[in-house]
Formats: sequence, C-alpha cells, structure tokens
Amino acid sequence: MTKPLVVLENVQKLFDDFIAVKAIDLEIYEGEFLAIMGPSGCGKTTTLRMLAGLEEPTMGEIRMNDQVMNKVKPHERDTPLVWQSLALFPFLTVIENVEFGLKMRGINKLERKRRALEWLARLDILDFSDRDISTLSGGQKQRVALARSLVLEPKILLLDEPLSALDAHLVIRMQAVLVQLQRELGITFVYVTHSQSEAFAMADRVVIMGNGEIAQVGSPKDIYRSPQNQFVAEFVGRNNILSGTVSNLRKSGALIKTISGTFSVDLKTDSLTKGQEASFVISADLVHLSRSNPEAENSVHCKLISEEFIGSMVTLFLEDISNHEFKVQMQERELSKFDLNPGSDIWLSWSSKSAHLLTVN
Amino acid sequence: MNSNRILNIALAVYVGAIFLFVFAPILFSVVFSFNSQRFPTIPLGSFSTEWYVKILNDPDIWQAALNSLIVSSSTAVIATILGFCTAYSDFRYNFRFKGPYLALILLPPTIPLIIMALAMLAWLSKLGMSGQLWSIVLAHSVLTAPFAMAIIRLRLNQMDPELESASWNLGGSEWSTMRYVIIPFCKPAIISGLCLAAAVSFDEFAVSWFVSGLNKTLPVIILEIVQGNIDPQVNAIGTFVFLISMTLVILAQIFFVYRQMKSTPT
Repeated sequence: MTKPLVVLENVQKLFDDFIAVKAIDLEIYEGEFLAIMGPSGCGKTTTLRMLAGLEEPTMGEIRMNDQVMNKVKPHERDTPLVWQSLALFPFLTVIENVEFGLKMRGINKLERKRRALEWLARLDILDFSDRDISTLSGGQKQRVALARSLVLEPKILLLDEPLSALDAHLVIRMQAVLVQLQRELGITFVYVTHSQSEAFAMADRVVIMGNGEIAQVGSPKDIYRSPQNQFVAEFVGRNNILSGTVSNLRKSGALIKTISGTFSVDLKTDSLTKGQEASFVISADLVHLSRSNPEAENSVHCKLISEEFIGSMVTLFLEDISNHEFKVQMQERELSKFDLNPGSDIWLSWSSKSAHLLTVN
Repeated sequence: MNSNRILNIALAVYVGAIFLFVFAPILFSVVFSFNSQRFPTIPLGSFSTEWYVKILNDPDIWQAALNSLIVSSSTAVIATILGFCTAYSDFRYNFRFKGPYLALILLPPTIPLIIMALAMLAWLSKLGMSGQLWSIVLAHSVLTAPFAMAIIRLRLNQMDPELESASWNLGGSEWSTMRYVIIPFCKPAIISGLCLAAAVSFDEFAVSWFVSGLNKTLPVIILEIVQGNIDPQVNAIGTFVFLISMTLVILAQIFFVYRQMKSTPT
C-alpha cells in the first residue's frame, strides 16, 4: 500500500463545452480496493474510462508505474474493465469469451484454453464453458465478465457498476466474491459505483466525486463519520446538517448558534474564530430520543413527521419549531418502547463529541 | 368475439388475394413451362419437359446462365463490401454532412432503371469500359450496394457499442476488433446482404441489356427470345430464374431473422 501504482495529476476532461472532470489529483495504490462513488454525472465513469484509455484527458497527466499513459491506446494497456452492460460477445461461447483477451495477445491455443478453464473453475462456471452467452443468468454472466478480465492477470482491474443489474441477494453474494478475489490476487481494484452500500462494504478507500471534482477521499468510516463538506454529508445521507455562526469558543470546542438553537461542537483543531459561519453534522444513528426534556447540552424539541422502516432499522423524520428537518436512525425494537405516532412530541439529544464540524463548505 | 372472427377471416382472404395477385402470373408461367402446346392457351395440353430439354441443349442459354452467375456473384461480393464499409462508417464515426452522405448512398435504387442504364452506358463507353461482362458487374454493384448497406446497418444498430471498446480493452487492435468482433457480429447480415445483392443482380434486365454488349445475361436472352417469336422455353428459363432469386431472397430472410432471434439479448 505504499507505492502509488497510478497517479492522476491535474486531470481534466472536457466534452465540447461540458466539463466532465475538473482537474482532479488522485493516487491509486498497489493492492488496494478503491471505490469511486458519486451521483450520476459526477465524472466517475469518465475517470475510469480515462484509466482504461477509452477517453484521453484534455489536460493533466495519468501515470502508471511512472509511465505517462495519456497517449497510450486502450489495447496497448493492461487495464481490463468489467462493464456495466458486461459487454460480453454474444456470438462467442463462454470459454471463447474468456479466451478472447489471450487470443488478442497472441497466446497459443492450448495455453489459452488451460488458463481460461482455470478461471472458469475458479469462478464456479466451469459447467457452462461451452454454452452460449444468451443462455446464462445475470449472475453467471457477471462471473464470465470477471473471468474474461482476470484471465489476463492484470495489476489493476477496473469495474464500472458491475453489480447494478443484479438482484439484491446476488449483489451481496458477488460483493463477497469480489472482496475475496481482490484479497487473494492482491491486485488493485478500482470500483465505480453510485451505491454507498457497495462502496462501503468492499472498499479500503472511497473517493467521493461530485460535479467533476473529488469531494473527499478516505476510508469508509472516515467518509461516514467525518464528512468534510456538505456535499459528502448529504450524499452519504442519514446526516443531520446544521449551519449557523460561532457564538463562543471554549477550550474543548465551540458553541454554534443556529435557527434550531445553540449547540456545542467538539473541535480537534482551533480552526474557528468567533462570528464565523460554520456547519456541522450529527449522524442520524448518534441521536438519542427521550419523552421529556433531557436537560442536556444539545437538545431539540421536535414533532415526528414520518418514519421509514427498513428491516431491523427505522429512520424517523422529524421537524423542530423552525421547520428544520432532523433524522434519527435506530433499532426497530428500541423504537417500539416510545410508542410514537406522526405528530407525537419528542426530544432529541446528542453528545457534543458526536457533532462533527464540516471543514469546507 | 363473433365480429372478431369475421374480421380475421376477412383479413385472411385479403392476404390470400394479395398473394394470388402477386404470384398468379409467375404460377402461370411455371404451369405453361410444362405444357406440351406451343401457345399458352387453356385447356392445357399434356405434361411435357420438352422446353426444358430444349434450353438444356442450347449453348447460348448455357453461356447466358454462366454470365448471370458470374455477374451476380461478383456483384454480391463487391456490393456487400461497399455496403459494409458504408454501414460501419455510419456506425463508428460522426462527421459533418453525414445526412447527405447517407442519402446519396441510398439513392441509386430510387433512380428509374432505364435512366440509370442510359447513364451507365454513356459513362462506361466514354471510359471505354462498356460491353464487357464486368461493366455489368460495376453497374450492378452501384445498384445493389444500398441493399447490402441497409441490412448491415440495421444489424450494427443492434450492437452494444461497448462491444468494440471491450475488445480494445482486452488487447484487440482496431483491425483485430474488426475481424474478431464486428464482422462476426454482422455475419448474418453480411450473408443476407450477399444473397439479396445476388438476387437483385440476377434478375436485373435494363442495365444489363444496355451495358452488356454481346455478353448476354439470362434476363437479356429472355427478351431476345420473346422478341423473335412465341417460344415456351422462356417459361422454362423464367421458372429457373424465379427459383434462384426466390431461394436467394428466402436465404437472406432466414439468415437475418433467425440469427436476430437467436442473439437478441434476454
């Protein structure tokens, strides 16, 4: 994890007048599982296509192993891509699909077959080797696409939302397959997705992109607990965002006055001055509920608006007097103790340690 | 329900009538080709293969059949190559004046054949290239390339454009991608295009007649026979030409429709 395998320096991509990627810098390390996540149109797929050589950067430089790649043709690179559409060759059988890349590299027939069979076995699709692609299920096609790329034994594998067409239960299975493969092979995976659960479940590091820029890079936990800016906080979701001005500075933190009240926020650095505008977030799962006023440092009186039930977890949507929205996430069995209905009054509170200051706005 | 059934019957009768209208003359020609009488009258004479024996023993007709075969097969190959290149350039590239480019390529079949034939004759004789067998090939290629192009273009439109990128991504150069991805994907359409171009060329009369000189094709020789006298052997030749064209067109259909069903993504 020490040496960068790929370096993107000031990389920009324009399509006519549209800026797809705005001057990004990124280092991708050997053997890491990197997820690039963002809403559609944020430039994540364009970045991936630039890594594969399918798009040439308008500006900046992409280096792999210290070699500048900007002008290198896609077929002269070793950056196989697993496509969102899978892009399997419909006129070839399963094994012919897997052998394709080896054939293009001029490897002889016997060796091709041996290596293809090895990968088909490894991905559990050996029984389908002579079948037509159209006869396979979604999950099986997925495995063929993976085998077709991995048989080339690349140092880096690019994946463009490969699981987006699968059923939910298959997604979980394939996530486990991908993580295990990446660990065993020790190669770099660059995984583009709009799904937070996929990125957080698999990646060592996550890059959040928005409007063609990198909004934050960090471990899944960093991104989730310490979003740097409002974009990340909102994209990650289930965050309560409060904005206001610094009314007082203390040794351990600051008091920030917002429309919902004045709250204390612990600070790790002395980056604030009095009177300055500031925003902070509290994860929805770090907010406590109580029937009566908790007399705590950070508390708000709210009305329940609605709830969203997802299995064992429930998200409550509430509003305070000034109509600011709050979200609380908790276990369903804990919530049942409160016996809440839409319109019920309830107090929210949180520790100032749970409040996280956004460093950039 | 009842009115629905009446409608269905009416539609079936209508379709039957159309087929009858289209095929009755050809059917008559086939029937008379086996008729022993010289004049096409009813009642029919006895069953006879006399006219077929006659054409089989006529070296002029053999020569014409050979000419037709050479012309139609060469035309098919040239027209399909031209059609493929045009269809691929449309699929792959975006450029200015692409609309007019495609319109010009699709134009030849809309020009009245007699005008096309005259123009071809004038042009080829100016260049000193008329009266050869391959003058017909040249003229027919222009005429039939749009058919091949249309059918290949239809197939390319069904292709996931990422297949091409996927091939590059896996190490295929542009040429390997053409050979191992684009052409295999288009194969059913290419075969259909070959059959269709061959069928159109095999049947074509006007252009062949103008530019062929002494190298007569089957349609040309039919006209010459008919001009001279009434001879039922034209029915026999006609039946033969019809069978070949029909077979080619049906083959084109089978390759295109069947393969399409097979490779439609599920």
